[in-house]
Amino acid sequence: MDFSKWRKDIYEPLIRKHAERRPAFATSSGIPVEPLYSPAAAENGVGFPGVYPYTRGIQASMYRGKLWTMRQYAGFGTAEASNARYKYLLSQGQTGLSVAFDLPTQLGMDSDDPLARGEVGKVGVAIDSIEDMERLLDGIPLDRVSVSMTINAPAAILWAMVIAVARRRGVALDQLNGTIQNDVLKEYIARGTYIFPPRPSLRIVTDIFEYGEKVVPNWNTISISGYHIREAGSTAAQEVGLTFANAVCYVESAIARGLDPDRFLPRVSFFWNAHNQFLEEVAKFRAARRLWAKLCRDRFKAKDPRSWMHRFHTQTGGSTLTAQQPLNNVARTTVQALAAVLGGTQSLHTNAYDEALCLPTETGATVALRTQQILAHESKAGDTVDPLGGSYCVEALTDRLEAEAEKIIKKVDEMGGAVAAIEAGYPQREIQRSAYAAQQALEKKEEIVVGVNEFKAGREPSMPVMKVDLKSERSQVKRLKAYRKKRDARAASGACDRLSRAAGGQDNLMTHIVTAVESGATVGEIAGAIKSVFGEAQHVRTV
Amino acid sequence: MKPPARILIAKVGLDGHDRGAKVIAQGLRDAGFEVIYTGIRQRPEDVVRACTEEDVQAMGLSSLSGGHMANFSDIVKEMKKQKQFGKVVLFGGGVIPESDRRALIKKGFFEIYTPGTSIQKIVEDLRSRLR
Repeated sequence: MDFSKWRKDIYEPLIRKHAERRPAFATSSGIPVEPLYSPAAAENGVGFPGVYPYTRGIQASMYRGKLWTMRQYAGFGTAEASNARYKYLLSQGQTGLSVAFDLPTQLGMDSDDPLARGEVGKVGVAIDSIEDMERLLDGIPLDRVSVSMTINAPAAILWAMVIAVARRRGVALDQLNGTIQNDVLKEYIARGTYIFPPRPSLRIVTDIFEYGEKVVPNWNTISISGYHIREAGSTAAQEVGLTFANAVCYVESAIARGLDPDRFLPRVSFFWNAHNQFLEEVAKFRAARRLWAKLCRDRFKAKDPRSWMHRFHTQTGGSTLTAQQPLNNVARTTVQALAAVLGGTQSLHTNAYDEALCLPTETGATVALRTQQILAHESKAGDTVDPLGGSYCVEALTDRLEAEAEKIIKKVDEMGGAVAAIEAGYPQREIQRSAYAAQQALEKKEEIVVGVNEFKAGREPSMPVMKVDLKSERSQVKRLKAYRKKRDARAASGACDRLSRAAGGQDNLMTHIVTAVESGATVGEIAGAIKSVFGEAQHVRTV
Repeated sequence: MKPPARILIAKVGLDGHDRGAKVIAQGLRDAGFEVIYTGIRQRPEDVVRACTEEDVQAMGLSSLSGGHMANFSDIVKEMKKQKQFGKVVLFGGGVIPESDRRALIKKGFFEIYTPGTSIQKIVEDLRSRLR
């Protein structure tokens, strides 16, 4: 029997007699899901891991060699409180650090800025000066544990602080490894922590690439993020397409500066979301890997295979978590994390079950880490490479997602690139449309979320929640004031003046920012020095 | 026929998560309200002034950063200062624990909507409150 005969003689008569659960099945990206996939669906060939275009994985042995890095995003309150959480997570078997900064830090404000009131230490740790960074990284061996930092608009400043701490400790800068997110374009699209307008922000990104290549060669100088685009409501295909459109902009800006793609591309990394629709998510990671390899080789003309390898971090989907029956979130996170592992992620964050209620409690954070350890050591899903490769369905979805993402990249190209598209509000509107459609599907019960619009509990259990007390804001402000008193104020302001002048010229700003940090300038002062030249971003209205 | 009620949707504080604010804005608009969305990172004084200038009957605040107690309280203070408190129906939403929800209702919020609430429910609440 062949596929078309099966369809005509067996399947179609059956569904005429017994209708299926819904008239049509589709993925989040609107890709139809067929009842069964045949070999014809996977016509592109399956390929091999470690070989261009790397659909099946960037290394030949993948997790048989080394498991993914278990990297839980954490940070709250003061540097000491966060440092204690990091040490706890490392003692529990976490293998890399991921620093969450509070909103004032992410917006380049000091903790005593009037606008920072009530936000200090809330969604992450408050960092104002090099001394805070020293406390944050106390006892963490920077040459052995990689440190990833979710920091974007002021990425250069916080990275300079890590570099300055390493220098004080005598750690060689070529031994430092870690990641700064440094993906400012998606801030205008989806995440909101932008400071300067897009075009001068892009200059800082390129400055960081150039400085990293020369001074901190093992640091990932960017982690281009689809995560927040997806959280804001995009589909899987939009997540890849819009993120790669941003990536094209960063890479082409660096090439325009004269940087060699084979020098900086091996330090370019990505950050994806993992949502619930399991097979589409696995296919998404595979499609992203293949499309990135093609872009790097054919569009950016990189020649070194290391430049073609799409390396990425994954976090499970925060927006999929429910405040209702929160323990169910453990199941959601497990399915999502398994998709990331079967999709070949290099590192992973699993969300805590209580995150729709509050910042994770220690119990929540521990269960999240344990989920990864169970996947790694008990499920053994990583013991063979790309086990879903060759599945007719997964290969077909991989092909379709790649094609859909390519269409979005082309559309952004036609608009004049990512910055022009953002200024026109295009990515923002596309995401909003998908987010609203998803909400409507929930209200009409076309989509079911367990415990939210179906299978509701009679009475919700009461859950312990974590609260950051106001004391940490007060103590951080007090500490900052004391720091300003004891430092050499003239040295700090002199370094900021030189930084402003450099911002008005052509110099690479990184060297000036490192000097400013070492001279005692604070995050707010350094960001202010740059803002005095670059100005502030305007909000693009799309609603 | 009475003209549709006007509602301001606002984000104060530094939080940039506005998926919820935008979805609610669009949902209320589709339900027949006139809706103005302020965009992110607004100052309390500007938001409350916008209430007067736009002549709205209700204002919805959204926060997902944990800063809601400070931010939402600042709005209440500012509304009292600008003599808008009690004139404009205040509601809020976001990742807000139950104990904070109750505290905010005591401070004068009509309701605080937490994750999983349907737009339909908010529409019905506002329709009966603004009648």
